[in-house]
Amino acid sequence: MGKLNVNLCGIELSNPVIPASGTFGYGYEFAELYDINELGTFSFKGTTKDPRFGNPTPRIAECTAGMINAVGLQNPGVEKVISEELPKLKACFHKPVMANVSGFSVEDYAYTCEKLDKEEQVGWLEVNVSCPNVHGGGMSFGTQPEAAAEVTRAVKAVTTKPVIIKLSPNVTDIVSIAKACEDAGADGISLINTLLGMRINLRTRKPVIANKMGGFSGSAIFPVAVRMVYQVANAVKIPVVGMGGVSSAEDVIEMMIAGATAVEVGAANLVNPYICRDIIRDLPEVMAQYHINSLEEIIGGVK
Amino acid sequence: MKQSIFSILSNEALTDSVYKMVLGGDTSAITAPGQFVNILLDGLYLRRPISVCDYDESTLTLVYKVVGKGTEQMSRKTAGEKLDILTGLGNGYDMTLSGDRPVLLGGGVGVPPLYNLAKKLLAQGKLVSVILGFNTKSEIFYEEEFQKLGCAVTVTTVDGSYGTQGFVTTALEAMEYTYFYTCGPEPMLKAIYKTSNTSGQMSFEERMGCGFGACMGCSCKTLTGNKRICKEGPVMKKEEILWES
Repeated sequence: MGKLNVNLCGIELSNPVIPASGTFGYGYEFAELYDINELGTFSFKGTTKDPRFGNPTPRIAECTAGMINAVGLQNPGVEKVISEELPKLKACFHKPVMANVSGFSVEDYAYTCEKLDKEEQVGWLEVNVSCPNVHGGGMSFGTQPEAAAEVTRAVKAVTTKPVIIKLSPNVTDIVSIAKACEDAGADGISLINTLLGMRINLRTRKPVIANKMGGFSGSAIFPVAVRMVYQVANAVKIPVVGMGGVSSAEDVIEMMIAGATAVEVGAANLVNPYICRDIIRDLPEVMAQYHINSLEEIIGGVK
Repeated sequence: MKQSIFSILSNEALTDSVYKMVLGGDTSAITAPGQFVNILLDGLYLRRPISVCDYDESTLTLVYKVVGKGTEQMSRKTAGEKLDILTGLGNGYDMTLSGDRPVLLGGGVGVPPLYNLAKKLLAQGKLVSVILGFNTKSEIFYEEEFQKLGCAVTVTTVDGSYGTQGFVTTALEAMEYTYFYTCGPEPMLKAIYKTSNTSGQMSFEERMGCGFGACMGCSCKTLTGNKRICKEGPVMKKEEILWES
């Protein structure tokens, strides 16, 4: 059997499959369905300094081969995540977890990351500078190289664990932003977050989503994600975590050949809650089909 | 929650737009009336949540209204076809609070989840009254089914073409009851909230992403904190409901 393990920023993963933030809660709900220790790791629900209810409903819209969400970073806030969610997670997940963090100011990001960095189970900090669903924060940091670099520097200054900056695809030049984060000390880059999208109800002529716009995800965005992962992986020396529409073992392999060291799976979890486990189980056979002995060997191997 | 493959045993029209689908499969994850299932359909990305009308150890009955692409596709399915379904979703109705004479109020396509609830309450020896509200006579379904169970059934129509003219609340005002259970459009739920003189439970709808608590797509605020309609709901107790508009 081929080797599935990869090394992400100095931490060994038994396989490269990582449920993406916002599609896997804080893990324990999926632990009722299968042993989530089968996963490489997972990125938990985006956490902010203060509790957030998020946007009004409807927050979800169906699309061809995908969906739009405008949840708006609903989460109980970092204090409660540490006091209530992480203990529940610890009972069912025994590997380092990826802590996903969002903010509305540079100070917010630093505050939340500093707190989570001290948690034993946190392996990596995934810093989301790319949420399209909150006004005045999130994505505005991810759309300009200098702003993304400023968040990176501020977080690196108060943390000891690997910092992965999660980038938005809703930009003109993704490479310049990735490089700015690398220069500012980022240990890795993850991409892509959702694409800004919108649907309109023909009968009411109103947007389907109360927030009007939201993040488009699902298998439809996979080619965009492969392209951006390829561009960024070729421009930076730090590891890249690829995501966007991944829903099969073949997609994982394609994303790794494009340059991803590990691969996150997002919207597909919402349709098939067993998808990550299924992908991990399918990987050896698909690897054999394409004569792959070790996943580490294919990273960035596009010809 | 359980993911499994069900076989369609029958699928028939009850009215112009309401269908009844009976499926065979593993229903072991369903624990209470008022829960729902989430169905994967061809060419559609998200599953479609449908409330459980009735179930036993090996069959599942869904009564659904055609309102969009998903339910339209369901209506074209025939016996023998298979469906990938997540079962046992949501909290369902709490039957321990019903008292001796509960009343069940259903509005339009909100009627189905009350069927298994009525069955279970009757089995507990309760005296069950049912008020079914529709716009007009041609939309009525399940009146006989509830009668056959042994419920006292009142049908209301907005246009007066059948039964009591008015809304379900028109009939509710003339009734004595110990507790209420309801499912229907939000204006109806609000009217019942105001009209009812006892406590009760209401089943809510919201556009969902996953249907099992992962995406936070269907959150709502309540007097007892934020809840996910798909996980801590869809049934809420009257005392915890916070009307936002």
